[in-house]
Amino acid sequence: MSVKTIAGVAVNISEEGYLEDMSQWNEEIANEIAKEIGIELTPKHFEVLNYLRDKTAAKESLTIRGVGKSGIVTIKELYGLFPKGPLKFSSKIAGIPKPTSCI
Amino acid sequence: MSTEKKPLEKVCLICAKGSLEDVYASLVMANGAVMEGIETKVFFTFFGLDGITKKAMNHLHTATTGNPAMRMPGGLPFPTMLGGLPGVESAVSGMMRKQMEALDMPPVDEFLEMITAGGGEIFACKLAVDMFKLKKEDLSDEVSEIITIGEFYEMCDGDRTQIIFT
Repeated sequence: MSVKTIAGVAVNISEEGYLEDMSQWNEEIANEIAKEIGIELTPKHFEVLNYLRDKTAAKESLTIRGVGKSGIVTIKELYGLFPKGPLKFSSKIAGIPKPTSCI
Repeated sequence: MSTEKKPLEKVCLICAKGSLEDVYASLVMANGAVMEGIETKVFFTFFGLDGITKKAMNHLHTATTGNPAMRMPGGLPFPTMLGGLPGVESAVSGMMRKQMEALDMPPVDEFLEMITAGGGEIFACKLAVDMFKLKKEDLSDEVSEIITIGEFYEMCDGDRTQIIFT
């Protein structure tokens, strides 16, 4: 674990760059992490991010199948929003731990 | 010694067996690769074709005879004699599918859609399709083409490519 300043806030991050404490997250942090990955966030992105944060806060496990059934985006759209990392990149930007799901 | 990381760029999977666990092994690995942003191609051949045949794909079975890892609910060994009784394999396979569903593992048709939604590609082996007298329309709509093994190998180029046979 180390401390990194993202968007002017000192946050605890894991070795792979995931926020250790999801309560330290805010939208500016999301924008900055997204920029590092190469994603420009839109309101649709934030809908997905908030969904992931809600599920994580409720201690539910995340799968892309679950996101696809959420009614927010289809799996194809999820890949469109977060290319090459539908769950990994979205989790990183959402300030939640690295996903542990295989699906 | 160089410590530069060389992440996988392409995964090519060959699914040649049609039991529930064999097909799912291929699907989980394929979907996992797509989710990691790895270019993914899956080639279904021989009995593995059941995994992409409309009529069969959502009713795959696991073998209840000749499968020493098979257990009763609770963990006791599963008697081989019992596994041979009519209907047992169906019931056990149904139970297994239900348990998989509880872990958010989708049915085969939906799993194939998830793979192609992320850009993965599904192929059927021409030789096996001919052998089982199947037509393109018998196969899942997610199958992009019926190809020869030679054509599949051509797609498997690149020095960060792995071919996985399940």
